[in-house]
Amino acid sequence: MIGPDDIPVLPRGVRLHRDRVRGGWVLLAPERTLALDETGRAILAEIDGIRSFAAIAAALAAAYDAPEAEIAADSQGFLGALLDRRFLEIRQ
Amino acid sequence: MSVPPPIAMLAELTHRCPLACPYCSNPLELTRKDSELDTAAWADIFRQAADLGVLQLHLSGGEPATRRDLTDLVAEARAAGLYTNLITSGIGLTEKRLRALDAAGLDHIQLSLQGTDAAMADRIGGYHGGFERKLEVARLIGQIGFPLTLNAVLHRQNLHQLPRAIEMGVEMGARRIEVATVQFHGWALKNRAALMPTRAQARAADAAVAEARARLKGVLVIDYVRADYHSDYPKRCMGGWGTTGLNVTPEGTVLPCHAAQTIPGLVFDSLRDRPLAGIWYEGAAFAAYRGTGWMREPCSGCERKTVDFGGCRCQAMALAGDPAAADPVCIKSPHHAALLARAEAFAATEAPEILWRAAAG
Repeated sequence: MIGPDDIPVLPRGVRLHRDRVRGGWVLLAPERTLALDETGRAILAEIDGIRSFAAIAAALAAAYDAPEAEIAADSQGFLGALLDRRFLEIRQ
Repeated sequence: MSVPPPIAMLAELTHRCPLACPYCSNPLELTRKDSELDTAAWADIFRQAADLGVLQLHLSGGEPATRRDLTDLVAEARAAGLYTNLITSGIGLTEKRLRALDAAGLDHIQLSLQGTDAAMADRIGGYHGGFERKLEVARLIGQIGFPLTLNAVLHRQNLHQLPRAIEMGVEMGARRIEVATVQFHGWALKNRAALMPTRAQARAADAAVAEARARLKGVLVIDYVRADYHSDYPKRCMGGWGTTGLNVTPEGTVLPCHAAQTIPGLVFDSLRDRPLAGIWYEGAAFAAYRGTGWMREPCSGCERKTVDFGGCRCQAMALAGDPAAADPVCIKSPHHAALLARAEAFAATEAPEILWRAAAG
């Protein structure tokens, strides 16, 4: 599970892509395409390979005026699923 | 039904290949080099595909590395906005070429594995020294940093090597391994007796995959194509005929799946005559088995009809002699018992010699 000090990174070969035909955003990964909802895209857009998970959750909480604990829990689930599928990596 | 845009395109750049695998998925009649589409034609197709909604491009063959313009093709595909995946045996990929592919923006490599040692891999691939070359290519892929998927094709002769194949995936730093039990179409049908896994082998593979999935969670993703002769329900072929993906042959014919030409009576359009969007949305071959309207019993009344869409049309053709029949792999098919008996019979006999594939000119 992703911890507060972990720095999430999208590894090579995994990238956000605007789907100009269907509208919206997708995450393109090796032989997989994941359609993103607004929340998913907002979380992934914060991942810069520099800031920690705690910093990202704080930024999202401020941007969406939501409780940080709630944002952190939601993001943790989402990013955890990406970690399991090897669409995400952790830098410590 | 309303037709969604396709997500994936398999571009068979060539049928030429240094290997001679006994389960080759290319058609019995191979396209010769002088009939292959040129660089500019492919580049135009990539742009049409992206405009149509394709996101994932799989560059395949034959061996795509036999195309001297492979790097240019990757650059064109990336420029069109496509995610580019190279499906290769590794033969023909030197360090210099891999670095050029890196510079051209290649996103991902899927490397095939015919066996986990030289004796097995080189025998199955029919190419001496291929295994050593492949290991070197895997090392270079890791060094350059391409994301890697290992694709292990398994059958009666090498299913016992599955645990080692999974280990090799971890050692090579692959993020994924595709464990694909051989599919019996085209050339593979000639080798059914030599390649048909036994039921015990199929069950052992199930167990090995389940164990490795739990142990390697977050390390190596395992995608598993089971031995469908030993399953109860068929696979959802191509994500549903004409709804998810399409296939372009080396000469520009557009197919709903790579084996669709084994179905007599289907008329396929060529990109030499018609744009891709017209073929996808209006082409007769795509319309033929799209959705559920073509189904008969036991498919039309089945609660799984939008789960697996009646399974594989090509397999229904090959095994039941009727492309609109239920896939005989399904326990509801009237051909299922005969299929099972035949599969058991193939697997129970001593494996005959393999009949290797001859190369395209």
